[in-house]
Amino acid sequence: METFGNSHTRAGRPHSKLAVTLGAAVLVAAMAIAPFSAQAQTQSGQGGSASDKVDTLGAIKARGYFICGVAGDRPGFSFPDGKGVMQGLDADICRSVAAAIFGDPEKIRFTSLTSLTRFPALQSGEVDMLARFTTWTLTREASLGLDVASVYFYDGQGFMAKKSLGVKSALELDGATVCVTQGSTSEANMVDFFRAHNLALKPIVIEKIEQVRDALANNRCDAYTNDSTLLGSLKLSMGPAGDEYILLPDVISKEPLGTFVRKGDQRFFDIVRWTYIAMLTAEENGITKTNIDTFRKTRDPQNQRFMGETGDLGAALGLDAQWAVNVIKAVGNTAELWDRTIAGLGIQRGVNRLAKDGGLQYAPPMR
Amino acid sequence: MTALNNDIQAHNRRATMLGSFVSNVAVRRFIWQALAALALFGSVFWLAANLHHNLAARNIASGFGFLTREAGLPIAEHLIAYTPADSYFRALLVGTLNTLSVAFWSIILATILGTAIGVARTSKNWLLAKLSSIYVDLFRDVPLLLQLFLWYTILQKLPPVRQALNPVAGVFLSNRGLSFPVVDWQAAHGWTLLAFVLCLLATTLYAKRASRKQLEEGRAKSFWPVAIILLVIIPLVVGFSLGASTNLDMPQPKGFNIRGGVTVSPEFFALLVGLVIYNAAFIAEIVRSGLESVGRGQHEAARALGLHPKNILTWIVFPQALRVIVPPLTSQYLNVTKGSSLAVAIGYQDIVSVATTSMNQTGQSIELVGVIMGVYLTISLSISLLMNIYNARVALVER
Repeated sequence: METFGNSHTRAGRPHSKLAVTLGAAVLVAAMAIAPFSAQAQTQSGQGGSASDKVDTLGAIKARGYFICGVAGDRPGFSFPDGKGVMQGLDADICRSVAAAIFGDPEKIRFTSLTSLTRFPALQSGEVDMLARFTTWTLTREASLGLDVASVYFYDGQGFMAKKSLGVKSALELDGATVCVTQGSTSEANMVDFFRAHNLALKPIVIEKIEQVRDALANNRCDAYTNDSTLLGSLKLSMGPAGDEYILLPDVISKEPLGTFVRKGDQRFFDIVRWTYIAMLTAEENGITKTNIDTFRKTRDPQNQRFMGETGDLGAALGLDAQWAVNVIKAVGNTAELWDRTIAGLGIQRGVNRLAKDGGLQYAPPMR
Repeated sequence: MTALNNDIQAHNRRATMLGSFVSNVAVRRFIWQALAALALFGSVFWLAANLHHNLAARNIASGFGFLTREAGLPIAEHLIAYTPADSYFRALLVGTLNTLSVAFWSIILATILGTAIGVARTSKNWLLAKLSSIYVDLFRDVPLLLQLFLWYTILQKLPPVRQALNPVAGVFLSNRGLSFPVVDWQAAHGWTLLAFVLCLLATTLYAKRASRKQLEEGRAKSFWPVAIILLVIIPLVVGFSLGASTNLDMPQPKGFNIRGGVTVSPEFFALLVGLVIYNAAFIAEIVRSGLESVGRGQHEAARALGLHPKNILTWIVFPQALRVIVPPLTSQYLNVTKGSSLAVAIGYQDIVSVATTSMNQTGQSIELVGVIMGVYLTISLSISLLMNIYNARVALVER
């Protein structure tokens, strides 16, 4: 896990000040100049509201590849491997949609986005979809013009502290200095938690995780707060020094990480949502990447529909009859996805198991 | 001849009547400028209208309504009272004040350090001149962001809070910052401060009069006795007569941190040190160029008059050098202010940091980038204005 520390340098991310400016500039420029295309679309339509004419699927097919926004710098979620191929949970969620549309998971381009540029990039149409460990919240759906099509990961915010402090619970952090990385829901969650329990807080808001790691090692802050999976992978990436820290048992927030699409294109929303449900259904029914062809001659009507042998599920979505088969052949079912990506961080699947195994993941019927 | 002249005059009159608008240079200039202004405003308006239309078409909320909503942001350092229950407006105000405070101190300290090094570079002392030239080359060539990381890391290597250095009673130095005692503020302290400020003004006036007298009479008059009475004794008398308490709010190590007193955070200090040291290198070069612009004849003439070398610098060389120094110094001050926006990298919450966090919470990127731009524009224009007024005072008066 040495890769973690190198992630930012290797991914060659532009300095974030630049990213802020760029992100804002992209949005302003796109919104200010875009009317040409927007008006063109309105004129070519046959009346009705603007939302009827947005055709993301058509645009993707015409372009020949699917553009997906990821972080590109977080192992387990999206991080380029030795050959420069994007790997991780977010990356494979993106590939599953490409497979559903084209039957080929490699007809895809990844765009690396920071937490600041992610929404402007999606809003302005620079990417078709966002799978960038982004938490589903009311404000993001209601006022950013976005919709969450599926929740593919249930995370929660926790604390990591030095063992030598002798702290056993986050409730003992009264008056502590807590580091937090900028650009996510974790700042606000931390404040809510300390206010709710009437604890004094000295926050340090730092932009990058590298500086947080130094601050923690030098005792500048007593604790660090972020999503539990991130804390786990940070602890792991520290090697032997990681043993000096404990993850406090308190989980102070719900972080359902979802796939984000633009509001107003119901067809594309349905494709993203049901592509994920297809992967869940495959896990429920024991269909995997390797054994899927043995289900061709299945007698189970449910699996027959899944395999596209009967029914017209694909046509209903505007896709090929084999769409679900293509998804599983490309990335496998949800269990395979987990084992290949997040499991490597040393994190238990917990609530991310299927409902029948005691988790939260549940597939509505595909019929 | 007269007939020909009449013809010419008639022709000219006709031309004036027909093409007076186009042939008149002033009118023509006005038309072009009006057209240019119209084109500029037209395109700005067009872009703004399209922006609005597209935001609405994409269901993205816009407007400044969010400013009155509860922010819920964590802000560690605030010059005015702030809790997470305050509004986004107040949070942004806190961020702006943090930017102003670090920029203010950086400009003052960088000017002092930069001037000292600039003077040292022109010194005849070989070691002094060499050391200051090494300083300039070293700190001017390394990017500011890297220097900030360096200072921040060094400050973090101070002992942890439970082993804080305690050089003098009540003063604690640790990697949580420098804590020192302050007086419990009362109204009496306010009056004492007011008395001090008034006495400071009086001292300045007195010093001006004293130096004018010296020019007239040729004899230096000592002004320190008056200054001490004005600056020390009068404020103390005011303070004691109103019964200002001398109780100190002492910092005490308690729990995770040091409580009480005033604490200067490592984040603020690292940013301050970084900005001062980096910009002092540039200011030193500006000062040196100013000093070297003053002709050798001025030095020689002053020496011929028998002036002390110290007085040559302050009375002869510096006033003339300022004409060259002030204009580039203005743009360096703007760079100090803008450089403070790197604060977020080392965890100091300036306007950029607070606005960026607000952007994440509200999604109102365009409005908040507008706020950041407005804040920097206001600060920069104010600095330019003040420096232009000062420049007008030191500039060569041409008669």
